[in-house]
Amino acid sequence: MAGASGSAQPSKGLLGWIDERFPLTTLWKSQVAEYYAPKNFNFWYYFGSLALLVLVNQLLTGIWLTMNYKPSSAEAFASVEYIMRDVDWGWLIRYMHSTGASAFFIVVYLHMFRALLYGSHRKPRELLWIFGCLIFLVLMAEAFMGYVLPWGNMSFWGAQVITSLFGSIPVIGGALLEWIRGDFVIADATLNRFFALHVAALPLALLLLVAVHLTALHETGSNNPDGIEIHDHEDEQGRPLDGIPFHPYYTVKDLVGVMGFLIIFFGIIFFAPSFGGLFLEPANFEPANPMQTPPHIAPVWYFTPFYAMLRAVPSFMGTQVWGVLVMGAAILVLFFLPWLDRSPVRSIRYRGPIYKIMLAIFVVSFVILAVCGMKPPAGIYPMLARVCTVLYFAFFLLMPWYTRIDPVKPVPQRVTG
Amino acid sequence: MMTSNRLTLAAAAAAIGWLMTFVPARAQEEGGVPLKASHADIKDLQSLQRGARNFMNYCSGCHSMQYLRYNRMAADLKIPEKDMPANLMFTSEKPFDTIVSAMPADAAGWFGKQPPDLSLMARARGVDYIYSFLKGFYVDNTRPWGVNNIYLPNVAMPHVLASLQGLQKPVFKNEPDANGNPHMVLSGVELMSPGALSPEEYDRFVRDLANFLDYAGEPVKAKRETLGVFITLFLLAGFALVWMLKKEYWKDVH
Repeated sequence: MAGASGSAQPSKGLLGWIDERFPLTTLWKSQVAEYYAPKNFNFWYYFGSLALLVLVNQLLTGIWLTMNYKPSSAEAFASVEYIMRDVDWGWLIRYMHSTGASAFFIVVYLHMFRALLYGSHRKPRELLWIFGCLIFLVLMAEAFMGYVLPWGNMSFWGAQVITSLFGSIPVIGGALLEWIRGDFVIADATLNRFFALHVAALPLALLLLVAVHLTALHETGSNNPDGIEIHDHEDEQGRPLDGIPFHPYYTVKDLVGVMGFLIIFFGIIFFAPSFGGLFLEPANFEPANPMQTPPHIAPVWYFTPFYAMLRAVPSFMGTQVWGVLVMGAAILVLFFLPWLDRSPVRSIRYRGPIYKIMLAIFVVSFVILAVCGMKPPAGIYPMLARVCTVLYFAFFLLMPWYTRIDPVKPVPQRVTG
Repeated sequence: MMTSNRLTLAAAAAAIGWLMTFVPARAQEEGGVPLKASHADIKDLQSLQRGARNFMNYCSGCHSMQYLRYNRMAADLKIPEKDMPANLMFTSEKPFDTIVSAMPADAAGWFGKQPPDLSLMARARGVDYIYSFLKGFYVDNTRPWGVNNIYLPNVAMPHVLASLQGLQKPVFKNEPDANGNPHMVLSGVELMSPGALSPEEYDRFVRDLANFLDYAGEPVKAKRETLGVFITLFLLAGFALVWMLKKEYWKDVH
């Protein structure tokens, strides 16, 4: 195997000089060149490295946007147009950042779906999953605050609606709302603090969580589409028989995923950066106007499933807080997934029909919820959203029961490719 | 196992495709009358040049374009900068200035609202909306300016292009209400008295104008799409390269 030879003698030259002061070679070997990953990764295993790529894209383009963006309610909108028109390649940097936000959620949703397919959250990877859920949570906050920064009319009214959720909390709601906004309404103070959180606090939290997520991954090792442990079968040197070194095998394979992703990513940037109003909404090309509510306020597509759940819950005992609680629970329930799943097997390949049907229902309800959240709450949409909210929770809350009675197939000893 | 993967992929693709069918519905305007397709082409330079002329002559008196610079427009639309002052710059601005209107701040008092800046109108409403809107004025004597618009009911703007288009009258159709009673709804407009341009000439006039507003909304759009072709080809070549690299490395994995 490449990279495994010559580990006995100390390296010379500059590398040797560094290795005596910093464990560079040791780190490289333990984390990359001699980190063994299952050899049977499929399509679904591209999205982890792609999420990392999008994170780097967001950080770099974000830094360059910050160089020209003005975080003030008087100048923000015009400064974005300045970037789009007068800054050299500013339009490309801005589109890479705005498309990157949507791409981030696409790859993260697919990455999380992979865990549902192959049981990647199961013991001993519970913490790995929880760190991932925390990343998702911080990502949602990061995306929401970033959306407010261009100070378009939908930025303004979206911020108005989402922050007002905190106002629905009994007793402390009003004071809390004022504390979050820094004013009685969404205003300059709100924009300023959202900017601070978006460019400093939350990216730091994200980077830290990603580091922790990867540390946990390299501690337990990767799961695989068969949901079995490759370290159960090792050669005499302790190398898993079904494992291959991450470098060069998965570095070159992930490069294929990266190129495929970039073709789609830059295809959107160059040919449809607004993506039909889904990635950049038409109403956000009008500056924030507190006197003019858009005819229909909706968040960006990646929040719409949760927004639909928020709206699906009717007001009860004179308060809207129940919808907020349901929306919060929809995210909170993800954290408990490793303990809700009681199946003796991890991978969907060896699970019975019940889990497959429940997962299919879950995916369909999630997509329908996304559509409901984009639509005005009229016609069949409120009822559809209610049904799908119930189905969303049924997938999780009934899981301890249906995964136990679901008949399973025998699991192979070695990965099946 | 590969077949189950392909099935999942196909299902995912179908779900996304289904989701995308909802996209055009988002761009639709309130009012209910379907928009007319403008068939504007942002790569048609002559159309953009005519549109710029139309805008400066008929619109810029009231509507600013605060994010578009004269010299940027000259460069993008291949208009020699020396020709700008005589043909497109009617005020004392410098070439690097943006297009401001002559409207004083209290113009809201004249129209009921300040004429909006048009820099981003095409991005906010769509190029077909602008095209339809400019074809949607009809005579309505209950309105302050004697006209209304089927695409923007109770519009504050007068029909500035009436001398070119002529006047249109509203067309109603009978659409029974929920109780089956006859109910007349506005369904379109019809030319009543012709203007200086024929209907075909007027269509071209507003198409050029809408096209120019599309350009003004994103001056880099045409360049972006041209560049995109090269970027895509470059990435496809890169994909082939890393694909072969992967194949080579993975030869010994069984």
